[in-house]
Parts: sequence; C-alpha cells; structure tokens
Amino acid sequence: MMGLSQFGWYGTKAAASSLALMIPMQPPAASTIAGEIDQLYYLLTGITLFFTVLIFSIIFYFMVKYRRRSKDEKPPDVHSPLVLELAWTVIPSLICVVIFVWSSILYIRSSHPPAASTEIFVIGKQWMWHLQHPEGPREINELHVPVGVPVKLTMTSQDVIHGFYVPAFRLKKDVLPGRYTSLWFEASEVGTYHLFCTEFCGTNHSEMLGWVYVMSPEDYAIWLSGGEKSEPMAQQGEQIFNHYTCGYCHVADGTGRGPSLVGVFGKPEKLASGESKVVDEDLIRQALLQPNSVPVAGYAPIMPTFQGQLTEEQILQLIAYVKSLGVQERASTR
Amino acid sequence: MSTAIADIHETPAESHVNYLNATYGIKSWLLTLDHKRIGLLYLGTITVMFLIGGVAAVLMRLNLIEPTGALVEPDTYNKLFSIHGIIMVFFFLVPSIPATLGNFLIPIMIGARDVAFPRLNLMSWYVFVTGCFFALYAVAAGGVDTGWTFYPPFSSSYSHTHVVAMALGIFIAGFSSILTGLNFIVTIHKMRAPGMTWFRLPLFIWAMYATSLIFVLGTPVIAVTLLLLGAERLLHVGIFDPAIGGDPLLFQHLFWFYSHPAVYIMILPGMGIISELITAFSRKKIFGYSFVAFSSLAIAIISFVVWGHHMFVTGQSIYAGLVFSVLSFVVAIPSAVKVFNWTATLYKGSISYEAPMLYALGFIGLFTLGGLTGLFLASLATDVHLNGTYFIVAHFHYIMVGGAIMAYMGGLHYWWPKITGRMYPDLWARFAALVIFVGFNLTFFPQFVLGYLGMPRRYGVYPEEFQVLNVLSSAGASILAIGYVIPLVYFFWSWNYGPPAGPNPWGATGLEWTTSSPPPTENFEHSVIVTEDAYNYPTADVTSE
Amino acid sequence: MSETAVNEIAHHPNPTGFAHQFEDIDQQHEAGRLGMWIFLATEILFFGGMFTSYTIYRALHLPSFVIGSHLLEVQFGATNTVVLICSSLTMALAIRSAQVGKSKSSIIFYLVLTMILGALFLGLKLRFEWYHDYVEHIVPGFGFVYRPEWGSAAPGVQMFMCFYFFMTGLHALHMIVGLGILGVLVGMAARGRFTSQYYVPLEISGLYWHFVDIVWIFLFPLLYLIGGRYSAGG
Repeated sequence: MMGLSQFGWYGTKAAASSLALMIPMQPPAASTIAGEIDQLYYLLTGITLFFTVLIFSIIFYFMVKYRRRSKDEKPPDVHSPLVLELAWTVIPSLICVVIFVWSSILYIRSSHPPAASTEIFVIGKQWMWHLQHPEGPREINELHVPVGVPVKLTMTSQDVIHGFYVPAFRLKKDVLPGRYTSLWFEASEVGTYHLFCTEFCGTNHSEMLGWVYVMSPEDYAIWLSGGEKSEPMAQQGEQIFNHYTCGYCHVADGTGRGPSLVGVFGKPEKLASGESKVVDEDLIRQALLQPNSVPVAGYAPIMPTFQGQLTEEQILQLIAYVKSLGVQERASTR
Repeated sequence: MSTAIADIHETPAESHVNYLNATYGIKSWLLTLDHKRIGLLYLGTITVMFLIGGVAAVLMRLNLIEPTGALVEPDTYNKLFSIHGIIMVFFFLVPSIPATLGNFLIPIMIGARDVAFPRLNLMSWYVFVTGCFFALYAVAAGGVDTGWTFYPPFSSSYSHTHVVAMALGIFIAGFSSILTGLNFIVTIHKMRAPGMTWFRLPLFIWAMYATSLIFVLGTPVIAVTLLLLGAERLLHVGIFDPAIGGDPLLFQHLFWFYSHPAVYIMILPGMGIISELITAFSRKKIFGYSFVAFSSLAIAIISFVVWGHHMFVTGQSIYAGLVFSVLSFVVAIPSAVKVFNWTATLYKGSISYEAPMLYALGFIGLFTLGGLTGLFLASLATDVHLNGTYFIVAHFHYIMVGGAIMAYMGGLHYWWPKITGRMYPDLWARFAALVIFVGFNLTFFPQFVLGYLGMPRRYGVYPEEFQVLNVLSSAGASILAIGYVIPLVYFFWSWNYGPPAGPNPWGATGLEWTTSSPPPTENFEHSVIVTEDAYNYPTADVTSE
Repeated sequence: MSETAVNEIAHHPNPTGFAHQFEDIDQQHEAGRLGMWIFLATEILFFGGMFTSYTIYRALHLPSFVIGSHLLEVQFGATNTVVLICSSLTMALAIRSAQVGKSKSSIIFYLVLTMILGALFLGLKLRFEWYHDYVEHIVPGFGFVYRPEWGSAAPGVQMFMCFYFFMTGLHALHMIVGLGILGVLVGMAARGRFTSQYYVPLEISGLYWHFVDIVWIFLFPLLYLIGGRYSAGG
C-alpha cells in the first residue's frame, strides 16, 4: 500500500520536472550577485534532494525487505553503535558549516556597497514607491538604473513597514518608518524586471508593484537628462536649508550656535554624552526630528525640532545637501 | 504474563466500566476532572477551529486560481490569510497534540492516575475555549487583516479591523498553554510510577516534556507583547511608533522570541508520536534512545536563540545576522539525528503498514524535505532572496502540515482504539492517508518553485506568469481537503458502529496498552510497577515464553 | 510489555485535602512546590519581556527617561518599598508560626498584617501616585499633555510614563491577586487547617508573595532612581 504512495511521490516529482521544462524554475539573473546566489541555491537543492531521496529510498527498501511476514514474527536484536550516531551528527554539521561559510561570505559582500556607488533614494508608502535620483528626476513605481554600475538605495517608509524586492537581483530589504535601510546592487543584464513589495502593508499590498529598467550607460544618461526638468536633490535641500534659516546657527566656519556642517557627512562626531557617532542619514534625520537626543559636544541643546514640518522627501533632500557640503568646499578651494 | 497479541474482537467496550461510561450527563463532562475526558473536550474544540481555519484556506486557494483574484476583494483576502494563520497556529497547532493526546496519554504512559493538577487542567480548557470565543467574535465581527504576525505600525495604527479582540483571544488562549505546560512538567517529574525512571520513559513523554518547557518559558513573552500592542492600539501611546521614538522592530524581536520556539511546540510532540509509531509498527526498540530523547531537549533549548532568522532583511546588523544564522544551522542537527534514528529503527524490523504507520512514514519523508528547505532560510544569502516569498509558505507548511498534522493523524489513528474502545475501517484509513499525501505534495511543492521565482506571500493577486503553479497548488488543496474530510466521517462512524477493540490491538509495548480500551477512570485496575525499558519488544535472540 | 504488580501499594493515612491522583501527601506537597516554582519562572519571562523593552528604550532615550523619572513621587515609591519588604517579613513570620506549631491566631495575625501592608501599598500608589499623575496630566492615553520645558524630549517622556504605568500596573495586578490568595489562606487558617506537619499552601503562597516583592525591588530603582535626584542642580 505504501508502495502506491511512493509511486505517487515519484509521479508528482516527475510531473513537476516535466512542467519545469515548460515553466522557468528561477527568475532571470540580472545582478552580479544573482548568479552566485543561484549556485548556492543549486547546492542546497542538491543536498535537499540527495537526502530526501536517500531517506525515502532507504525507507522504501526497508519497508519491502523487512515487511512482516508472519503474525508472531520476532525481529533480531539490533545494536546501535555510537560511531553511527556520531557520524550522522558530524557529517550534517560539516555540511552546515560549508553552507554557512559560503552564504555568509555572499551576505557580507552584499551588505557593503562599494564607495563609488550611485545613490538613489526610495520612499515607500501605501501603496506605491517613490524613487528619487540625486540629479533630480523622480519616479513612481519605476526605477531606471545603468548596467554595470554599483547602485545604493537608501530607503525609508512614510507609514508602515514595506519591503523592496527585485527577484531578478535576488535582493530585498525591508523599508521601515523612522529610519533608513539600504540595499546595493550592480545590475548585470539590460532588461526589465519586477519590483515587488514583500512586507505586508495593507489593502493593496499585492498591487504595490513596479518595474526596474536596467539600461546601458548611454541610454541611462539620455534618460537622466531628458524628461521633466527637475533640480538636483542637493539644490532642493539647499533651498529648504535657506528657507528655515538653518545657516543662522549652523555657520560654515563653526562660530555659530550650532556645529558647522561642512564636510561632516560620513565622519564621526562627538556627542555631549561622550560617545562618538558617524554622521550618516539616520543621524541627520534624528537631529532634524529629535535634536536633543543627539546634542553635539560643546553646543547647547537648543535646536528646535522639525517634526511634522518636513516630509520624508524634504529630509532626504536636506541630507543630500549636507552630503554635498564637504565636496563643494573641496571643489571650491581647488 | 502472556505476551500474546490481544484479539481484536475481545470484550466489547460497554461490558466494563470505563472513563466514558462511568458517569453520564453533560455536567459530568463539563465539570470533569478526568484528564482523558478533558483531552476529548480539547479534541472537539480544536477540530472545530481546524475546520474554520481550513475553510479560510480553501477560500484563499480558490481566489488564487486567477491572477486577478477569482473570488474576493483585496481586503477580504487579507483577512482570510490572517484568520487562517491565526486560527491554525494559535488555536489548532499549538494545542493540538499536547492538549488532546498529551492530556490523554501522559498520566497513563507514566503509570499515574491523573495529572498533578486536575482542576487546573479543566480550567485550562475553559480558558482555551474563552480564547476561542474572542477569536471567533473577532472573525464574525469582520476579522483582522494584519497577518498572524501583527507587525506594527500597520497593526497598531493603520488597520481598521478587530485587532484588539483577536489579540485578546490569543492572549487568553496563551494562558491555557502555560498552565497545561506547567501541569505536564510537574506530572512528569513527580508522578512517575515506581520503576519508571527517566530513561525508561516512552519518547513521547520526553517530547512532551521538552514541549512543555517551551510552553512555560516562551508563551509569557507573546502575552506581554500582545498586551503592549493592544495598549498602543487602544490608547495610542506608541511603544512601537517611530513618531514618538518607538521601534517597530522591537515588536518583531519580542514576537519572534515566542513564535520561533512556538513552531517547535508544534513539531516536537509530533516527533514524539513518530517514535511511538515507528517502534510499534516495526516491533522493535528505537535505535539510539538517548540520542532521540536528548535531541528533544536540545531542540527546545536551542529554539530560544534563533528568532532573529525571521528578521534577516529588516536591516539588523550583519553580526546579528551571522550569529542567528549559525545558531539556526545548529538547531537543525538534532532534528536530523532523529530522522536517521527513526530510519535505522526500521532496519531488520518486522514492519506492517496500517494507517498509523503510513502517516509515520509520510512524516519522515515530508519532514526531511521541509526541514532541509529550512537550511535555505538559515543561510543568509539565500534567505535574502527567499524571505517573504512563497518559499517560506511552502517550507513551513511542509513541516506543520506534512509534519505535525500527519503525526497528529497518525497518533489519532494509533490511539483511537484506546481512547474510544472502537476500531475504524483500516482500508478507508489507508486510502485517506494516501489522498492526504498526494494532495499535500501537489498543494505545496509548486510553492517552492513560486517562491524562488519571486512570488511574494500574502498576495491576493499576482503577475500572470505565476498562474500555472498557483492552479496546480489550488488543485492539490482540493484533494487535501477531501483527504481530511474522510477521517472525520469514519471516526464519527466508528464512535458508534466501529468494531470493539481489545486492550492492545497493535501488539505494542507501553503502559497504555496494558489497560483496557477504553481505560477505567483511574487508568489502571492495579497499581503500576515498571521493571522494563521502553519498547522492550521480544527479539529473536530471546526464547519466547 | 511492562509487568504490573499484584499487590497494592499501602496508603498511609493522609490529612484532609489529600488529592487522589497522588500516591501520598508528600508527593502532593512536592508537586505543589514544583508547580509554584515553574509558575514563578513563567512570571519572570512575563515581566522579563517588559523589562527588556524598558531597558532598550532607556538606552535609546536616556534624557527623556531622566525627565520622566523625576516626575515620579520618589518618596512614595521608597515608602512602598519599605512597606513591601515588611510585608514579606510578616509573610515569612506567618509561615514560621505554622512551622513551629503556634496557635492559628498567630498565623492569622501575621497573614492579616501582610494583607494590611499589601493594601497599604496599593492605597498609597493609587491615591498619591497614580491619581496625582492623572491630575497632572501625565497618564498616557488619559489626557497626556506635553510640557514646554521637555522640548523635543517630550515623546520620550510619554514613552517612559507608558512603561511606568504598564510595569507598576502589572505589578499591582499581581499584588491584588496576592491579596486574594492571602484572604483564602486566612480562611483556611481560621478553620485550623495548618499544623506543623502541613503548611504547604502557606509556603507556596509565600513564594508567590516574595516574588511579587522582588519584582518591585527591581522596579523601584529602575523607574524612580534614574539620573540622580540630589546632585547639584538636580
């Protein structure tokens, strides 16, 4: 009887395999890391199939060979040697070590964007994606990127938790309200690929879809300069900076009531509590919204909060402006 | 003492006093202190919850036949998958084996008259039923659409559904788990019969002990977490609200600190059952008793330190990711040890293929596959791609349905004659096992492929290229549903019309098979003294009496 | 298959309250004690979730938590700490009275004293702390008002008060249950149930009461004593 079930299992697998010839088993591989993740996946699939088939076969074999032949049959005594227990504890452990090491190397690599990455900003909201290129162009539910260039996405959410997922890149990252998460990739194939929201976010979660357009560098440059004329983010940030007269306290030479912002991005800053924090997107955001939680050493904690006055987009524009400050200074002194 | 296998046509159940006919009337059931009756009360309750959760699943799979959603609106679909998950996890799988088979069998298997705290046991059932009422109220009033994971800020500040009522239902039901676990731990420690040392215990008891540890230590954390979530939702105080400095990820850490050990609550008892079934139907002692026993404890302990693998893509630090990844690989090893030991138990056994054995063998295969797909998820690089997709759905259904529910069905079929004193029709039982096996694989194997292709989970509509696999999966689901209905029918039939069963229809070892079917209220006619190891089946080397 | 003995195990006489599922009264007592210890373990995990969340937010928002802590009435918190420690003493004395076989009025005296101290704790808390906080509009969810002197730390102060009410509220709930248990024990003592051989219910209830006390001993410094109060300019 169980033989029939076994037949069912193999039959299903055979059907699935033949379907597989008609259905793709994996999405297109369009990032530099996708191919390597696929290889790891094949190894894992191989191990899974190997052990599953092994166990199934042994069970099937034992079931047939040792089926009960008479009602009062007594099986022989079988001793359980310790070496066998150790073997099937140690061997799976070693396999796990191999998988862990390989996977961790890939993961660490995919967590450290190269220094010269193109930065693009993402704001997720129910139920669409806003994407902002530093040069100015904005997109909704679409992301144009050049092939062969590392791209770093800095992302935040305006409401609930979302997830930014491009299956063709084999990459995803949750998009959280109140902080920035980041994802980097280098697209390797020109083409059009799905973008999905992958963290449940409400009614239209299934329809928070988009497309990623990977273009040749030439096409990308054309696309970037074409379309609606819009200002670079840093320039928009400067306008906001001036509108709120931030420069009144944040004087460039450091003589104001607030610290100078020239060249501070990416460097550690000493806080009043004594600890040192690197000035990144998160710190600037925190300084704008809860300034007295991160007072800089040597300055009075009198910065007003801009909670409720700035949109996520404007915060990103201000961040882009601060990032540009050190660069501009160096450029102008050359 | 004769070791002859009891004839299946022995003394009919009605001719002797047992726990079923000792007292009559609804009060004798609703106020019972007998662990066996309480087990049956739970059986009825969780079967009802299973059917409700199952209906939600059927509606989901029907909707997914069409890429644009064949059946329901997006909001409704979101409620369906949320209700399906919540009911199946909290109100079916977590209590299933412990509260039904655990309650019934633990005292008998250790040679005791009842659990340590029978009144607490009855109260646990009432607490559970109260939790069910709140949950069903939430469903009837319009449901929840947050997913069973209730992530804020969506669940705390954006959802317009009955989150608090549902969270209250889960909170209350959690106390039922805690008290049941407490009861089992004390019972196993203190009420073993003379001679029943720890290493003579059936492996089901070891598994239930490990499960009870998780019940007792993990459940309070989800209780507090739901309390905080409810407060945030009702009072708008924002513990998880970033606008006032709260952290939505803190919720995820607290939630998964319980919910990961919870999945081991769902599988460990099943593993205990498999140890019983494999030994009984190959008439052999288990291969590597200590290893199987200790692996249950190891799984319970390690399960508490792997929760972060649900959060690899949340932006947590790389180091946290590495630590949780390595620990998640570690927790897989004891499960592998069990699978090898079960397989080795079959070696040179005397194997028969009644329905319980079919379920047990199906379990080993499906659990192996499901467990190995867990390695894809413990591995950081592949988890980044697979997290939040149908691969995850397939993985956990292989373990919870292909594993836990098959073990539960196997256990029900094995101990049914003991519980009811009746047999069910074996041919129908084997047929149903086959239907379930085929239906299950057809439903969930395509979902592995869908996941790697990139189809996210919790999607009520999807891109067209995923349709063929979705239709296959839905077809499988209809077969699976039929497979579950068949036992419902013949179990009901057997309660009244099944042929009477003797004390030991399977010829198995274990204290439960030394007493009548059904057992007397006090479990045993005489006091029990244990002198032999578990699974002490006669072997060919020993001259038989 | 295991053998079953033909001879019954002889039962020695057991006092009233012996539950039939046990072999003898000693087994019942051991089960009761183990049960209470396990229950306390679950309580540790229950409060533990709260304490963990509190610790994380305190680390992230220390300035706000300092402000919040200074809003609390530390003199009442301190008084209540002394009250609870005394109540643990009276509870231990009640158990000791039973242990050395003193009269039931001695046991009842100490139990009632424990209840009075527990009620005093709750009364002080309700009237002089919580009601006062409500009037001052610092109860989250019940008309919480940001004060201008808090500046941008205001949301964190509300967070602190959330935790304050949650943790002390949960603790107070456990105290109320404890008072109920003590009431039951008084009834049992009045009926002469406790002897120098049998006082397990007192013992395991004592464990529970001491646990509730210990939780407060952690709560008090964590909540009331952040950031120093009597330093210069504090």
